[in-house]
Amino acid sequence: MVFDYAPAPESRSLVQIAPSYGLFVDGEFREAADGRSFKTVSPADEQALSEVAHAGAEDVEAAVRAARAAFPGWAALPGAERAKFLFRIARILQERSRELAVLETLDNGKPIRETRDADLPQVAAHFFYYAGWADKLAHAGLERTAHGGPPRPLGVAAQVIPWNFPLLMLAWKVAPALATGNTVVLKPAETTPLSALFFADICRQAQLPAGVVNILTGDGETGAALVSHPGVDKVAFTGSTAVGKAIAREVAGGDKRLTLELGGKGANIVFEDAPLDQAVEGVVNGSFFNQGQVCCAGSRLLVQESVADELLEALRRRLGTLRLGDPLDKNTDIGAINSPEQLARITELADAGEAEGAARWSPACELPSQGYWFAPTVFTGVTQAHRIAREEIFGPVLSVLTFRTPEEAVAKANNTPYGLSAGIWTEKGSRILRVAEKLRAGVVWANTFNKFDPTSPFGGYRESGFGREGGRHGLEAYLDLTGAEPAEAGAVANEGRRGARAGGKAGGR
Amino acid sequence: MSEQTAQRRVGAPRRLGVLKTYKLFVGGKFPRSESGRVYEVVDAKGEWLANAPLSSRKDARDAVAAARKAFPGWSGATAYNRGQVLFRVAEMVEGRRAQFTSEVAAAEGLSAARASAQVDAAIDRIVWYAGWTDKIAQIAGGPNPVAGPFLNVSTPEPTGVVAVLAPQRSSLLGLISVLGPVLAGGGTAVLVASERAPLPALSFAEVLATSDVPGGVVNLLSGRTAELAAPLAAHRDVDALDLTGACGDPELVRELEVAAAENLKRVHRPRAGAGNGDAEDWAADPGTGRLLAFLETKTVWHPRGD
Amino acid sequence: MPTPPSSPPAAPRPPVTGTAPSQAELRSRLHGLPGVDAVGLEQRAAGLATRSIKTTAKAYALDLAISMVDLTTLEGSDTAGKVRALCAKAARPDPGDPTTPHTAAVCVYPDLAATAKEALAAAGAPQVEVAAVATAFPSGRASLRVKIADAEDAVAAGADEVDMVIDRGAFLSGDYLKVHEEIRAVKEACAAGPGAGARLKVIFENAELATYDNIRRASWLAMEAGADFIKTSTGKVGGAATLPATLLMLEAVRGYHAATGTRVGVKPAGGIRAAKDALRYLVVVNETAGPEWLTPDWFRFGASGLLGDLLMQRHKLATGAYSGAAYVTVD
Repeated sequence: MVFDYAPAPESRSLVQIAPSYGLFVDGEFREAADGRSFKTVSPADEQALSEVAHAGAEDVEAAVRAARAAFPGWAALPGAERAKFLFRIARILQERSRELAVLETLDNGKPIRETRDADLPQVAAHFFYYAGWADKLAHAGLERTAHGGPPRPLGVAAQVIPWNFPLLMLAWKVAPALATGNTVVLKPAETTPLSALFFADICRQAQLPAGVVNILTGDGETGAALVSHPGVDKVAFTGSTAVGKAIAREVAGGDKRLTLELGGKGANIVFEDAPLDQAVEGVVNGSFFNQGQVCCAGSRLLVQESVADELLEALRRRLGTLRLGDPLDKNTDIGAINSPEQLARITELADAGEAEGAARWSPACELPSQGYWFAPTVFTGVTQAHRIAREEIFGPVLSVLTFRTPEEAVAKANNTPYGLSAGIWTEKGSRILRVAEKLRAGVVWANTFNKFDPTSPFGGYRESGFGREGGRHGLEAYLDLTGAEPAEAGAVANEGRRGARAGGKAGGR
Repeated sequence: MSEQTAQRRVGAPRRLGVLKTYKLFVGGKFPRSESGRVYEVVDAKGEWLANAPLSSRKDARDAVAAARKAFPGWSGATAYNRGQVLFRVAEMVEGRRAQFTSEVAAAEGLSAARASAQVDAAIDRIVWYAGWTDKIAQIAGGPNPVAGPFLNVSTPEPTGVVAVLAPQRSSLLGLISVLGPVLAGGGTAVLVASERAPLPALSFAEVLATSDVPGGVVNLLSGRTAELAAPLAAHRDVDALDLTGACGDPELVRELEVAAAENLKRVHRPRAGAGNGDAEDWAADPGTGRLLAFLETKTVWHPRGD
Repeated sequence: MPTPPSSPPAAPRPPVTGTAPSQAELRSRLHGLPGVDAVGLEQRAAGLATRSIKTTAKAYALDLAISMVDLTTLEGSDTAGKVRALCAKAARPDPGDPTTPHTAAVCVYPDLAATAKEALAAAGAPQVEVAAVATAFPSGRASLRVKIADAEDAVAAGADEVDMVIDRGAFLSGDYLKVHEEIRAVKEACAAGPGAGARLKVIFENAELATYDNIRRASWLAMEAGADFIKTSTGKVGGAATLPATLLMLEAVRGYHAATGTRVGVKPAGGIRAAKDALRYLVVVNETAGPEWLTPDWFRFGASGLLGDLLMQRHKLATGAYSGAAYVTVD
C-alpha cells in the first residue's frame, strides 16, 4: 500500500487571461505601433495563453516620452503621497495574490506552491517596504557629499527583467524606483510578459498617475532599444552576464546610471560538522528551487570528503521524493523549464558534463510528454575544469565537488568570475564567520539557503554585476547622491532636507 | 628640483646639487620602467624638472600583479591597523612638508604659500581617511530586520584591485584624495600619476615605502595616462577603475568604460557637469562618495534557533 | 477504498545484551551526532505541512490514521467503566460504518490494563493492543526497582505494549548511562511477558528535553538501548508532540535502520486533535522515513480527541456533507 497523493490542482479559473494584450503606455493599453505581436505559451503544456504586443522603436519612444512627461509631477509629489500609492499597490497585490500566483505559474511553469508561498508574498512585501521609504529619504543616511543638496531621483528608469521570477523581479525594480521619485519603463521577459501586464492593471486600480509606470512587452530587440534610448536616465537590468556586459558597453561614456544583477555559479559548502539533514534540504532548495532557474542558485555543491558519501546518499534519497509535474498541482515540487531555448541550453550543458566524464544521476521520474521538462540531475566526480562547474546552467542540475580543508573549499568557491551567492554549512560558529568573510560573494547563506527579504541587500561581486537591490542599499541605485542641482525644476525627492540644506549648496556638484 | 633650478639661474651654486632619479613604485620596490624609457617633466613655465619613467603596458601588468598579491593581507588587516598605517603616512608627509611644498609649487606653478596650503590639505586628507577605516562599516552596513528567524548583516568589503587615474592638475592633494578612499576601504591600488606633474606623486611613494604600508598595496606608475589606462581598463584582474584623470577626454572615457565592461569593473567617474574630473574642488569636504565607490556589500544570513 | 494493513503485529526487538557502554562512550557517540538546525528543521516541516491531501489520498490517509491511533485515557479519574467504553470505541470507532478500521491500541495505566484486555476481547477485537504506561509515568521520578515493578505489573496484566518514560533529570544532567540502563532494564521486564513479550515505547517528553539536539540524542540513546518505539511526550506537559520534532525522530529511526537494519517506530502523542494535523504527520512519515513506516506497526498517534475528528472527516468524505459532534460517539 502506498500513500499516493491524489491530484490537487489549483483552479485555473482564478485568473482570466484575455486573448490579447497591448502595451501599457501613459496609463492605457495600446497596440504596437507596427502592429507586431507574439504568443506567450504555458511551458507546462505548450498551449498558447495569449497574444502580446511586440514593442518596437516607436513604442519605446512613446513610453520614454510618457515617463519623461510624468517625471516632474511624480518626483515633486510629497514623499508621503508617493508612499500611499505604493501602499495601495502592495495591498492590491495581496488582494489579488492567488490570481497572480496562478497566472505566474501558467506563464512561467513554476509550481504553484512557489508562486503562492514565495513569489507573491515577497512581491507584496517589497512594495510595502519601499513604500515606507518614500517619505524618509532624508533619513536614509545616503548623502555622499557634505556640501551638496539632498538625494534626487534620476528621472526615467529603463528596467529590463528576466523570466525566472517575473513579478518578483518587477517588484524589485519598480518599488524602489517609484519610492525615490523616478518614473519607469519596464520590459518583462519575452517568455513571461503576463504578470507585468496584470501589474499594469493594478496600477490602474491604484490610480497611479499615467506615465509613471509603462510596460513594454517584447524581445531582446525591444530591451536593447529601451536601454539605448537617449531619454533614459537610469538602466537597471537583471539577466545574463553576457547581456549585462553588452548593456555596460552600450551606456559607456554616457550619463546613464547602471545597475546590473547577473549570473552566478554559487557554491554551497558542506563541512563535515554540518547539520546534515538540514544541509541536504539546503542543497535541494539551493539547486532545485524554481527548477534551478535562479541566478543565486547553489549549483556547485562543495562537500568535505569525509562526509561526501553520507551526504550524497541522503541527497539522492531526498531527490527521490521530489514531485515533478503539473505546476498547478499544489503538491508539485519541480515544474516546467521556462522555454525550449532554456531547455536546450540545460540539455547541452548536462550532455557536456557527461561527455567530460562526470557521473550523471537523476531520480526515477516520469517527464510529461507535452511541455519543456528536465529531470533533477546530479553530477558527481566533477572538477573545477568541467564546464558544468564553471558555466551557469540555470536549470535543475547540481555539480558535486569535494574538498579536504576550509582553505581548499574557499579557494574552489571563489574560483569563478561570478560572485553572487554562496552557502556554508557547519555547526562551528567561528568557521562560519571566517569562511563567510573569505567568500567573494554578495550574499552568503550560512546554515540556510535561498532566503530573500525586502530589507536585505542583494547583488553580486565581480561578473555577477554591480549595485544592490533591497534594503536601504537598494535606494542608492535610483538616486543622484552627488548633491548636484536638479536637471529640471521640481525634481526633489527629499523635501525633508530642503530647509536644512538651504544655502548649503555652494560648490555642490 | 625647483631649488636647484633657481640656484642655477642666479649663478654658480656653492655646491652642485644631487639630483634624484625618479622611479616607479611597484610591489614595495622602486624599479625603473621596464621599457627603459623616460619622459621630460617640466614646471609650469616649461623648464625641465626631471626625467620621469615612461611606464609601459608591462609595468602596468606588474603593478596589477603586485596589487593583487597584496590584497589579501591589506583587506584582511584590521580596520584599526589600516587606520594606524594611514595615519603614519600623514606623519611622514608632515615631516617632509618642505620637500612637497617645493615640488607642488614647481609642478602646479603655485606660490610657496599656496603650495604649502595644498600640502597641508593633503596631510589632513590622509588623516581624514585614516579615521574612516574603522567607521565606514558602521555607516554602510549593519543588521537588516528580515521577516524571519534569521540574523542578517550587511558589511562593506573592499572591491579589490583598483586602478586609479589620478587627477591631472592637483598633483598631490588630488592624488591623495583619490588614493585615500581606496586604501581606507581595504583595496589595493595601481595609481597612474598626473601625466604632466608626476613628481610629487613619485616622491609620495617614498613616503609610502617608509610608512608601514605593505609592499604592493600602492603601486605608482608615471607616463602617458591614456596609454596606461587602456591596459588597466581591459585587465581582467582589475576590479575597479577610477577615471578621474581621464575625465578631460570624453572619448577616452568611453573607450575605457567599454573595455571595463568586459569583466564588469566598477567604474567611478566624477560627474561634474562638464565631465572634467579636474573641475573637482579637492579642497572641499570629500564626503563618502569615493570611499563607497570601491566597496561591495556582502550580506550574510544565519538562522536563529536552539 | 484502501484498507489498512492487517498483517500480524510486529514482534518486539530482543533486549540488548552484552556489557553496558561506558558513560564516556555514550557521551561521545551522542555528542558526535550531526547537529540539528532548528530553523531549517522547522521550515522543512512547515513545507511538508503544505501538502494538499485530497479525495482518494485523503480517504486512504484518514483510515490509515484511525488504524494508527493509540486511543488513550490517562486520568486519575479513570475507572473500569471508562476504560470499557474506550475499548468499545477502539474496536468499532464508527458503529454505523463497519468499514471503519479499528484503532491500533488503547493506552491506559497499568492497573487498568487487565480491564482493557478483557473489554477488547469481549468487544470481539482482541487484535487491538493494550498499551500501558509505566515507570512512574508521567514524571519518571522513582527508583529503578519501582520502575521495573511497574513495568512487570503492566506485562503481567496482559499489556502488549509498555510506554515508559525516561529519566529526564538524568538525561539533562548528562547521565546518559543511567537512562540507557533503565531502558535496558525495562526492556528486559517487557521481554518477560507472554510470547515474545511486550513492545517497548520510550517516551522522551520532548518539551522537557527542550532542544532538537537533545531529542536526536535521546532518540539514538533509546534505540541503542532496545526501544521498539520512540515517543514524543506523555501528554501531561505543555508543548507535546510537534511536527518538526516528529520529523526529527523519523530521521533518527531512518538513520538507525540504515545503520543497523533494525526498524524502530515513532509515536507522536499529545496535542494532535485535528484530522488535518494527523494527515500532515502522515505526509511527514511518507517523505521522511518512507512508506515502510506507514503502518500501525511503525507509526502511532497517542491521542484521545483525534479519533472523533478523523471520523467526522470520514463522514464528510463519504457523504459530501460536514458532520457534527453529535454523530460521533463520545468516549
